[in-house]
This record gives sequence, C-alpha cells and structure tokens, in this order.
Amino acid sequence: MQAKTAKSSLFPYLLWIAFFVIAPIALVVYYSLLDIHGHFTFSNYQAFFSSVYLKMTLSSFWYALLITFFTLLISYPTAYFLTKTKNKQLWLLLIIIPSWINLLLKTYAFIGIFGLYGPINAFIEIIGFDPQQMLFTDASFIFVSVYIFIPFMILPIFNSLDRLNPTLIDASRDLGASSFTTFRRVVLPLTMDGIKSGIQVVFIPALSLFMITRLIAGNRVITLGTAIEQQFLVTQNWGMGSTIAVFLILFMVIIMLITGQKDKGGRVR
Amino acid sequence: MKQLIQATIAILVVSALLFYAAHTLSASGGNSGKNTVTIFNWGEYIDPNLLKQFEKETGMRVIYETFDSNEAMMTKIQQGGTAYDIAIPSEYMIEKMKEEKLLLPLDKSKIPNLKNIDPYFLDLPFDEDNQYSIPYFWGTVGIVYNPNYVGDLDFSSWNDLWDPSLKRKVFLVDGAREVMGMGLNSLGYSLNSLDNQQLRQATDKLITLAPNIKAIIGDEITPLMINNEATVALTWSGQAADMLSENEELDFAVPQEGSNLWFDNMVIPKTSKNLEGAHAFINFMLKAESGAQNADYVGYSTPNLAAMALMDEEVVTDERFYPSEEQRDTLEVYKNLGPDYLGKYNELFLEFKMSIR
Amino acid sequence: MNKLSTSAKIYLTLVFIVLYAPIFYLIFYSFNSGGSMNNFESFTLEHYQAVFEDSRLIVILINTVIVALLSAFISTVIGTLGAIGIVSLKDAKMRNTLLSLNNVLIVSPDVIIGASFLILFTMIGIKLGFVSVLLAHVAFSVPIVVLMVLPKLLEMNSSLIDAALDLGATKKDVMMRVILPYIQPGIFAGFFLALTYSLDDFAVTFFVTGNGFSTLSVEIYSMARAGISLTVNAISGLVFLVTILVVIGYYVMTSRTRKRTEGRP
Repeated sequence: MQAKTAKSSLFPYLLWIAFFVIAPIALVVYYSLLDIHGHFTFSNYQAFFSSVYLKMTLSSFWYALLITFFTLLISYPTAYFLTKTKNKQLWLLLIIIPSWINLLLKTYAFIGIFGLYGPINAFIEIIGFDPQQMLFTDASFIFVSVYIFIPFMILPIFNSLDRLNPTLIDASRDLGASSFTTFRRVVLPLTMDGIKSGIQVVFIPALSLFMITRLIAGNRVITLGTAIEQQFLVTQNWGMGSTIAVFLILFMVIIMLITGQKDKGGRVR
Repeated sequence: MKQLIQATIAILVVSALLFYAAHTLSASGGNSGKNTVTIFNWGEYIDPNLLKQFEKETGMRVIYETFDSNEAMMTKIQQGGTAYDIAIPSEYMIEKMKEEKLLLPLDKSKIPNLKNIDPYFLDLPFDEDNQYSIPYFWGTVGIVYNPNYVGDLDFSSWNDLWDPSLKRKVFLVDGAREVMGMGLNSLGYSLNSLDNQQLRQATDKLITLAPNIKAIIGDEITPLMINNEATVALTWSGQAADMLSENEELDFAVPQEGSNLWFDNMVIPKTSKNLEGAHAFINFMLKAESGAQNADYVGYSTPNLAAMALMDEEVVTDERFYPSEEQRDTLEVYKNLGPDYLGKYNELFLEFKMSIR
Repeated sequence: MNKLSTSAKIYLTLVFIVLYAPIFYLIFYSFNSGGSMNNFESFTLEHYQAVFEDSRLIVILINTVIVALLSAFISTVIGTLGAIGIVSLKDAKMRNTLLSLNNVLIVSPDVIIGASFLILFTMIGIKLGFVSVLLAHVAFSVPIVVLMVLPKLLEMNSSLIDAALDLGATKKDVMMRVILPYIQPGIFAGFFLALTYSLDDFAVTFFVTGNGFSTLSVEIYSMARAGISLTVNAISGLVFLVTILVVIGYYVMTSRTRKRTEGRP
C-alpha cells in the first residue's frame, strides 16, 4: 500500500530513463559496431585496446582522481565554514552564481589571468620574482577544473553538514573527544552521503572533460573525452567515438558498483 | 513546503513574462519558408549590417544561425529538421557534402554578380565549374611570429620551426590536416599525400619537433599572440590578419615549400525551402560594395576583385594576405582524403600529440 | 553571534576571490575600447550600447534564461520524484542499476549526447527549436538533481515517516509535510545545479536546436573562430549584475518577512 505512492513517483523518471538514457545507449552501442564505412565490425573494440587508448584511459583516470581530490580538499572546509556563517543560504547561492556565467568566457578570462602579462604575474614581479608561464601546465589545468567543479562538491556537502545536529558534536566534546576525534567519528560519518554524492558528480564528468584540455592544457593532457570529441567532430568516425563512449559508460558503472550503497535504502516506504 | 510552492510560482511567472518579451521582440515564430532566408555560418563571420541591408532590399527576413565546426554543421544538415537556405562550409567539406548529396546545384543565371569573383578562384578541383559553391573568403596556412623574440628566423622554410632556439615556444593549431600538412610540406611532399611511407616519415619528423612545442590549441591562439604570450604559431591567414591588426609587432609568413590554400564557400544545402531567396542572398554578397564591407568587417581575404577595387589599397596589396599568383601556385587545396586516410591522418596526429610531454 | 574564526574567514574570502576573479576580469574588459580581452585601451560604454541595439542578442539571452529556468524546474520535479522512488526500492540490485543508468548522461561527453538526441528527435519528428532544446536540457539535468536529492533522502530517519503514519497521516501528508520539507535543501541544490548545466551547455544545444532558436552558449562558442566580441562580455556582465541584485534583493526581502512572521532574531 504505502510503497505504491513512492513507486508511482518513479513513473516519469522511468520514462526519462527509457527515452533519454536507454535509447541513446542503444544508439551508441549500435554505432560502436560500425566501421568508418558503415559496415558491421568489432574492430573498434579491438582498436580500443591499443596502447594509445589504454594510455589515454589511464591519464583520464589519473587526472579525474587528482581533480576530485583537490575539489574535495577545498570544498569540505568551505562547506563547513559556510554552515557557520550568519546568512549561510545567501553565501551558498553566491558560491553557485559564478557557474552561471558562460564557461568559455571564463576560460578566456583565465587565459588572461594566468598569462605572462596577467595580474598574477604582475603580482609575482612586484614581490621580486621572475614572471612564470602558467598556462599549459598540469597545475593550471587542475586549477581550472577544480574551479569548475567546486560548486558541485560544495552543495551536497553543505546540505549534509547543515542538518548535522549540533548537540551531537557537543555531546562528543562533553564526552572528552578532541575536535579531531569528533570530526572523524561523528561529523565525517554523518556527512558521508553528501561527500559520496559530491565525488560522483565531480569524478564522473571529470573523466570526460574536454574543452579545457585544449584551452588551458594545450593538449598536453589528452582524455577520453577529447578523443571522443575528435572522433565525432574531426574524423567523423562515429563508430570509434561511440566505442570509447561505451567504455566510459562501463567505467562509470564499475565506479557505481564500487561506491554503491549496498545495505541502505528501502527507507521511504 | 511554502518555499517550494513560492519558488514554483516565481519560476513560472518569470518564464511567462520572458516568453512574452521574447515574442514581442522577435515578432515571429522562426518559421522558415518563402519569405525568410536561413543562413548557417561561423559566428562573427559576417557584417551584421549586411544582413539588415539585405532584408531592406529584398523584403525577406534573415534567420542567422551559427556553427563552430564544419563537421558539426554537416551533421545538422544531414539530419534535417531546419530549413537552412545558405551554409558556409570550407572546401574539403564541400566535396564531402557533394558525395553525401547534401547540396543543391546553383542556378548561375540568378547570380549575375559572379563576374566579380577573381577567375583564379573559380572552377577549382573541389567543385568544378562551381556547380555547388561560390567562394566567400579564402586564405592560407602559415606562421605568425614576433620578430623581436625569434632571432634571425624569418620562417621562409617550415624547417625554421625545428630551430633549437625555439624550445618550448611553438604553438600549433589543433587540426590534423594542418599539422600533418606542415610535416609533409616540410619534407617536400604534398599535403594531400596518400603514401603511407611519406606519412610515416612526416610523423617521425613531427615527433622530433615535440621539444619545441608549447601547446596545441585552437582559436585561443589569437589573444595569446596579441599579448605576446606566444611568439611563434602555426595558424590560418585569416586569424593571423586579426592578430596583426591588434599587435603591430607581429609578422606572418607562408613558407616557400608550399602550404595550404583554403576557401570558405557559400552553398545551398538540400534543406533549403527558399531557393529564390538563397540565390538572391548569394548575389547580394557578391556585390562589390557588400564584398568590400564584409571584408573590412571580418578582416579575411576576399576573392571578390570588384570589392578589392573599393578597399584600402594597403590591405589588398599586402602580399602576406593577398599573395601573388606565383606564390599562390606553391599552395595546395585540401583534397577529400576519404574516410580511411582521414582516419589515418588523425591517428598519426594523435600519435604526435601524445609524444608531447 | 558569528562563530567563524579569523582563519576561517580568510579561507572563505580566498575561495570567493578565486570564484569571482574571472568574472570581474571579463566584466573589466567589457569597458575596453580596444575591442578584445587583451590590452585595455580606454574606458567605453559602447559594448553596452551595442547590447541594447542588438535585439537578436537580447532575444537569444531571453531564450537562454527561459530554457534554463523551465528545464531546471521540470528536471527538478522528475529528478526529485525519481530519487524518492529509487530510495523506496527494496531491491539493492535494482537500485544500483537505476543509479548507474542515472549517471550515463553525466559521464557521456556532450557531443555524444547531442548527436544521439538529434537522431532521436528527428526520428520521432520533433521539430527542432525551443521544444527540442528544452527536452534535451531537461534530459541532461535530471541526473544531477537525483544525485543532489539522494543523500538527503538517505539520511532521513525512517522512523520519522513511521511516526507520522502511526499518527494517522495520509501518504500525501507524509510526502508534503515530512519528506519534501526535509529534502528541500537537496531539491534547491538540484535546481541550481540544473540551471548551471543548462546555462553552460553548448554542444547538446547546438545539435538539437534549429529554426532560428539559439542560446547564448551556442552564440559564444561559434564566435571563437573569428574572435569573441566584447558585446558578449557586456551582456554577461549585465546578466551577472541582475542575478546578484535579484538574489540579494530576494534574500533581504524574505529574511525580513521571516523575521516579522516568526519573530526570530
């Protein structure tokens, strides 16, 4: 009886999955089985296991990992401090607003800011060092990626911290726990769901980043996303592009299985 | 709960108001048909005043849509769904679109102003007798550089790029045809080479360039060159012209071994629903005044002789952007390589990109 | 009153400076008479004037905002309901399958989503334009909403619902009075990030749009080859200003009424 309400709410969502997820996956899988002339083949799958794509897969994962790590590192304290501000909802909104300005424009702005004659180097010069070319390095690439993903990490963590019952922390303190222990034993476990959700919305899209790999990293970083874009938009080899996409989806499913909630759920009955 | 309901109402009210505003501003539903001409072009690649003039002269309404890559544009036209009357693809894409039967033949009796175009640019291999396309802008691929930072190098040869003094200074465009073409040209081969051995040699040679490469990027090269962040870059002449107009220190050279000659061309895709309007638009753009005005605005080289007569003499006699006929004879137009070799070029280009670390 | 330590304040200030730096940078250059985001020549308002003279650009901007608001709204409804449904599933395998499917669109690069949606829409005969763009934006925004709402649902205490039901509340009451208020922060988070997805998207919109309908992102990306005009900076600056004013204005207004009605300090 009660399960019905919750389940019927699934209906539009399932419709969405059928039309916008299953159907495109079917298309992608279909295209992945076509070669460049439109003939049926498995050669694309074979090609994926060449050293070029394996290397690319590794570098995609490595950079996604770095990006997620640094995003979390910066976002957790930010979210934590934000929950303690007076007008926290307003401040939170102010974190999101920059993400509403077009990314390409912001990227061009970053090119200017990081540039040899940009404000950062001007500052470096003032304090007496030689100007540095910061563009087209791993550091600038990770910096801009983290910049893009910060709001996506802060929001879920903020939400889970926000409802954290302060009495729990007080209780833990009263029982003599140090702040670090309190954090590790009380705060962290209770915000784990928020962190997980943040990691998912950062790590998964970071695997397929493309535009800024060219604009900020100057193609010194090549990810699977870049490769797909190239296959679709330059070679027009939709078969190979789709094959890489199939693998990306597989990787994502594996990540979901690893991080998936196994024993939770079934709560809203 | 109250907040959720409030938010819902606010969103719906604001959307409705905006809908109304957009509707009154555009006063049309964007329906394509007899009285509208839908144009599909690169962004910022036309003087918007020309569109207004055309509307005034013909009474037709122009819908202007933009794309950022030839291939994406072709996908859109192939799938249909929008009645594009004019598109402006590059020459190699025209061959491809011809093969896929995506273009309609032109009726030249409706384009009398075709006579304004330099005959040198007509009847080219990618579209013999200009059955489907009329040149819009043209240019070359070369090296833009800042003479103050590169010593004696003048880039009269592609091999200057390999000079050890340029360590980590060279920028390349992110295009397989351009970069592979440079490699092939530097060895004296054709940039349309279908010879696997030549391609291998070119790739190996490119890999030895890796230490000199700073980055492989796209349109962002323009601000970098203007700001003197970059000192040497392989790029298209049109973009080089933009850079030179903003930074007077810069210079542009097309190496003697040869390079690419490219065209962007007006075509009528098979999606057109207003052939009359499409032809009228092409003819309008070929007028001497329109051609000159457009070339002034965009800054690329125009193939329109009558327009050149109206333009600033200094601009049209600049051999860097309007090379003489002998210089032009060293240039090659890209041929459609066919999917297999295009794939091969891209694979090799990727191999080169991965060698940069 | 303020519980923040000085170092925390410095930290937050730094984060905000970095977040807003590129925006102020591009607004700064919107006053540049030089014509590009490079050397600042002299102060001018001509780019702002150009914005108001270009009715096509204004229509595009309005379209962009409409699509963003509506798509974020619809996807928030679908996603929230979906998340509630997913959590209610008892079968863990089923739940993980749905969540994996949920994330397919997040991991897929835009070109693939765009191309496959284009094929899909032309196959079933949806006219390319406002409707197809809206549908596509709803489609790729749903997963982010689900991912934002989910943690709130998971941390919700099921005894809360049981208690409500024991007290004779109907299922509708439980949904309206217990579940939705509790997950409200997640819903708002989902909505705002869906807005981000919609406003930032270029590739998907490019493929599924047509018949004169365009968004700001498509316009900006296609300008890249010939150089992005500062008019775009100016319009972004205006949008930014209006957004900030609306947000702060709304916040001041609501917090005032809240104070009055609830008597909270």
